[in-house]
Amino acid sequence: MLNSPYIRKPASVQGVMLAVLVALIPALVVYAWQIAAVVLVNLAIATATAMAGEAFVLKLRARPIAPALSDLSAVVTAWLVVLCFPPILPWWATVLGVLIAIVAVKHLYGGLGQNPFNPAMVAYCAMIVAFPALMSQWPPAGQLDFQTQLGLVLGGVRELDGITGATALDTVKTGLRAAGATVETVMAQGSFGLVGGRGWEWLAPAYAAGGAYLLARRVITWHMPAAFLVALAMISGAFWLANPGQFTSPLFHLASGGAMLGAFFIVTDPVSGATTPRGKLIFAAGVALVAYVIRVFGAFPEGIAFAVLLMNICVPLIDMNTQPRVFGYRGDKTR
Amino acid sequence: MISRLFNFRGGVKPEPHKSESSGTPIEKAPLPKRLVIPLRQSLRSTARCLVEPGQKVLKGEQIGQGEGALGTGVHASTSGTVVEIAPYPMAHASGLETLSVVIAPDGEERWIDRAPFDYRKVSREEALGWLRSCGILGLGGAGFPTHVKLGSGTGIDTLVINGAECEPWITCDDRLMRERAADVLSGAMILRELIGARRVLVGIEDNKPDAIERMRAAASGVGDDVAVVAVPALYPAGGERQLIRVLTGIEIPQGKFGTDFGVQCFNVGTAEAVHRAIQFGEPLLSRIVTLTGNVARPGNYEILLGTQVAELLALVGPKADTDRYIMGGPMMGIELQSLGVPVTATTNCIIAASPALFPPPPPEQPCIRCGECARACPADLQPFELYWFSRAKNFGKAREYHLFDCIECGCCAYVCPSHIPLVDYFRFSKGEIQAREHERTASEQARTRFEFRNFRQEREKAEKAAKLAAKVAETRAKRPEAATAPETAAAPEPAASPEDLKKALVAAALARAKQQKAAVTPKNTDRLSAETQAEIAAIDARREKLTTQDADKTP
Ligand code: SF4
Ligand code: SF4
Repeated sequence: MLNSPYIRKPASVQGVMLAVLVALIPALVVYAWQIAAVVLVNLAIATATAMAGEAFVLKLRARPIAPALSDLSAVVTAWLVVLCFPPILPWWATVLGVLIAIVAVKHLYGGLGQNPFNPAMVAYCAMIVAFPALMSQWPPAGQLDFQTQLGLVLGGVRELDGITGATALDTVKTGLRAAGATVETVMAQGSFGLVGGRGWEWLAPAYAAGGAYLLARRVITWHMPAAFLVALAMISGAFWLANPGQFTSPLFHLASGGAMLGAFFIVTDPVSGATTPRGKLIFAAGVALVAYVIRVFGAFPEGIAFAVLLMNICVPLIDMNTQPRVFGYRGDKTR
Repeated sequence: MISRLFNFRGGVKPEPHKSESSGTPIEKAPLPKRLVIPLRQSLRSTARCLVEPGQKVLKGEQIGQGEGALGTGVHASTSGTVVEIAPYPMAHASGLETLSVVIAPDGEERWIDRAPFDYRKVSREEALGWLRSCGILGLGGAGFPTHVKLGSGTGIDTLVINGAECEPWITCDDRLMRERAADVLSGAMILRELIGARRVLVGIEDNKPDAIERMRAAASGVGDDVAVVAVPALYPAGGERQLIRVLTGIEIPQGKFGTDFGVQCFNVGTAEAVHRAIQFGEPLLSRIVTLTGNVARPGNYEILLGTQVAELLALVGPKADTDRYIMGGPMMGIELQSLGVPVTATTNCIIAASPALFPPPPPEQPCIRCGECARACPADLQPFELYWFSRAKNFGKAREYHLFDCIECGCCAYVCPSHIPLVDYFRFSKGEIQAREHERTASEQARTRFEFRNFRQEREKAEKAAKLAAKVAETRAKRPEAATAPETAAAPEPAASPEDLKKALVAAALARAKQQKAAVTPKNTDRLSAETQAEIAAIDARREKLTTQDADKTP
């Protein structure tokens, strides 16, 4: 027998995931146009791998395959993996990354909704630790023709030094190590655009546009993106004001690397993130803080992935201590 | 008078489906072929039957005497003959049978003598007693006796009249306010006087502009401490606690009552019933019921209490694909197990359901912790956490996360993109906790019995041993010269005594150990408030219904 309520809002997991995919489209367009069209090939590879991997594991676990595949959560993971990996990665690296995300992170913990860690971020961290050189080769915006990109991805052509470079974050970081270098001198020699890396900086507004769509559709709440961006801006702003010669501006930090992708698509992952309103603020601000520290003082140019995983560990603690006040318990501190 | 509205968090906006039944005036339903009037009024009180089979009764004649503090009078809703006093299914979530008076109407509608009741001339207690004998109950849903709610009224500042009617499909209160605004308001004024409230707030959802206008017009002459307030249409704005919150900003936690905070809330239907009882001396005999859903002629009908649902269907003409009937709204109503159940004071709506109108929910998917449910929860709970604890049967945690503050409004299940029947999990957990509570009481009693038996046995053994010892001593004293010979005979007996004592000691030690163990067992189900216990009782009843129904289904 059915029990009340007898009516349901026409909402579905599939709808939520579809909204995320749609929200990623502006960024993908900018990416393909400004940086590397081959990202679309990677996307296809990753999507196919994710579906196949998901189906394979479900079969092993003797679970129904069709509903899990059609909920599109695997596709979202695959797309996020592609967007945080360098676009000229050989195909097998993409496949490996996606399999880590789907098989190891998602299914070894029990499937959708059970993984305490963000799958795409685990994949990124595992890959950058295992293949540091490969994972640090980013193409300079718009300088490789599609043929070359395809050769790099599919054929395993590796004439690395001539055609690839470091990201803006990386350039600043290594550049500042030289004696007497300031942000200004480093920026003058590198391939920088208006606020971030040339070409790459255009991704930031595209991600933000997708984020706005998710906010409007109420797929995400404002807490996480706002807390993340505000925290990142404040921390980087404080350092920058203290010493503009050695620290880049908040604007640079917001427009570079995975800041915007992280703000709207990574920290907002509902499964592995904090869930209470206050918890979300703490979680996202924590990610920003750790990411900044790694970016500026750590061993890796980009810190968001490690920051997210670190904060994932704290989620139970955060959630437990930020439970909202239950209706009728105003001023009741016992709870 | 009102400067601002407060809001409660959460809530959902399901399709209202009000227009189907709100357009046509209230119609009087024809006399049914028979009336089945249950004597049981709530889980806690059953009225004492005052009539016998074969007896003739008049319309409004008392046929049941309310017993206990929560009992109210039961009346014949029309004139006729009592044909049977027997158990019938009742209009309660449990679907259990209850003793009912069956009346065959004579079609004459002959009234008892009735006269206005001048409540101003008598003491407050007498006035409440009159309402009690008139059988006035809350018509909103819980069916709480009005005299009880009024009785606790000291220090009440605000009387809230609930005309929110937030569940989809239901329009009986809307029509009532549109057609009988003056009566509703008259009842509200009587209630205010009896409860001693300073101001009256009538809350109506803003999707009923006509009702608001009529009620405002009726209120305009009464004084400016009566306000008709349009509240935002957001389910569950009509929940008593939610409405009080919206109108006054006061949050009443579960287990507490409005009176603790200086507010008391009555449904508009209750107010009208009070008006009738006082101004005309009419007991509660009928109510307005919305008959809607998958039917040809949806509308609102004034229906005699005791009319069986099956007899109502002819009024509206259910369509061919109707597969079940829901009593109440689609968010919190119950599926009827039998069309033999009668309309009672709390029956506000009957919806004919079809697979097209109420499709079965898609299959359950894993929770993705999206938090939609938490955003929708008017009690500010974290339903997905409760769901997780319920699934893991971690009931202690579930209680810690305020399981018993869940009002089972269904908002969380309504919004969940994974189609998880969250409320069912919560009902299960509450029932389970309740069952454990029972078990604990039962085992406690068993332990007491066990301990007493041990104590008795020990005492008996000790007495026996003492007797034996006395006897031996006596024998010795009597025959001091034959010290050796009798001693061999007596020796085995005193030897048995220490052994007995030893056994008793062991048993006592065991019992103590057991007692200690029981004492450290965590008790996570005691100290429930009265309301929670009532809730638990209701859940229990529902669970029982499920089991009995399953039993019915097995061929
Ligand atoms: S709405 Fe459903 S899927 Fe989302 S958190 Fe709540 S239970 Fe989980
Ligand atoms: S049913 Fe309970 S948990 Fe769900 S929204 Fe209503 S009060 Fe909250």
